[in-house]
Amino acid sequence: MTEDIRAIIKEHGRLAVDVKTLKDDADLYAAGLTSHASVNLMLALESKFDVEFPERMLKRKSFESVAAIHAAIAELLKEKG
Amino acid sequence: MLGRRLDLIEKARAIGQSVAGPNAGAVDKDGRFPAESIAALKDAKLLSAFVPTKYGGEGCSVGDLLSICHALGQHCSASAMVFAMHQIQVACAVRHAGSSAYFADYQRELVKQQWLLASATSEAGIGGDARSSSCAVEQSGQSLALTKNATTISYGAHADGILATARRNPDAPASDQVLVALHKKDYALERTSNWDTLGMRGTCSNGFLLKAKGTMDQVLPLPYGDISAHTMLPVSHLTWAALWLGIATDAVSRARSFIRTEARKKPGSVPAGAVRLAEVVNMLQLMKANVVACAEHYQAIADQPEALTAIGVAIELNNLKAGTSQMALQVVHHAMLICGIHGYKNDTKFSVGRHLRDLHSTVLMVNNDRLFGITASLLLVHKEDTTL
Repeated sequence: MTEDIRAIIKEHGRLAVDVKTLKDDADLYAAGLTSHASVNLMLALESKFDVEFPERMLKRKSFESVAAIHAAIAELLKEKG
Repeated sequence: MLGRRLDLIEKARAIGQSVAGPNAGAVDKDGRFPAESIAALKDAKLLSAFVPTKYGGEGCSVGDLLSICHALGQHCSASAMVFAMHQIQVACAVRHAGSSAYFADYQRELVKQQWLLASATSEAGIGGDARSSSCAVEQSGQSLALTKNATTISYGAHADGILATARRNPDAPASDQVLVALHKKDYALERTSNWDTLGMRGTCSNGFLLKAKGTMDQVLPLPYGDISAHTMLPVSHLTWAALWLGIATDAVSRARSFIRTEARKKPGSVPAGAVRLAEVVNMLQLMKANVVACAEHYQAIADQPEALTAIGVAIELNNLKAGTSQMALQVVHHAMLICGIHGYKNDTKFSVGRHLRDLHSTVLMVNNDRLFGITASLLLVHKEDTTL
């Protein structure tokens, strides 16, 4: 799943650096992720994993790193069963 | 009432009545800084009202600041806006000082010196996006240098300090910003543009080339992205909305006294504009409810960093700013229709021309079209609040 997430970040995150150079826990906002780009990122993630981020996840922390996104998606997929 | 520190609010009201109001016409006409009002606010120690009591301030709440902005807005828009913009900077420094010894001293000095703080967030080549910088902090040991071509630094020439955004270092992306608190002795300002505007003429929001030197401890510890979401953006939209409500309230007060004068001339008949006044009072009530609700929500979550970054909060605050600015303009437009030619004239006690001109700035400063654009993008993922 991490590779899929990284591919989506690469395509939609509009980071200032190559996502390959970032560790899973690196701060994506410090790497150039803007709130506008994060919306596109969320939409792409929802489409890829066929989930919908509930309101409680729509905050900065949920998308601050590859690991945070992984945790959020994993939680939603688990809920979906 | 939103504000609970009636002592401070009463001081602001008195300054509004005796100092800001009587000078508002000249400030507007000459496009000059409201020096008398700011001097009076300094004398009353209101510039440090938000500083915690442990540093000598009044430790007042954001709600208290809003009540003060509202009180000043009823007398002089420019004085209220300068006070609001100053308090936005103070709130950032107070709320995000962290464990920094430098910023503890900074707050003590702010109380003693009653510094007036300005803001340098906009930058040439960036447009209106405060969350991007092109200039960068250049570190050399513990020293820093910063050069910023700021398209606007409101009352920059009159401030005792400036809080400037910049990239963390010359290699950082545009969105990786910090906020640097600069003292007047740290910088030189070269004026790059004039401020000859339709309204809000007294804020003296010229463009400046800012050249500063300082030390690394002048950089606030938290990234600017967080400072913006936790404090700068919410407190900006709240204080602005409160003072715009104040401007609209004064216009309605003039319209009401016009109707009353008319009614007295012909006892038994309801003046032509009376129904419109009823409508406009309704709009004022809606605006006020919006300001109070947003302020109470913000105060409830102000110390919960995660809650403050929720998309729903961003949308709520964008709507407060966009909605209040549009509605305030409509309210004053109605007030002018009620007062008729007496409202249109600049020299009657029913004049609302200045109010109208001042309020035209509100939809442009952080342009509503851009704000609605941001909200539109957030709505692609946000879901409605289905609770009441």
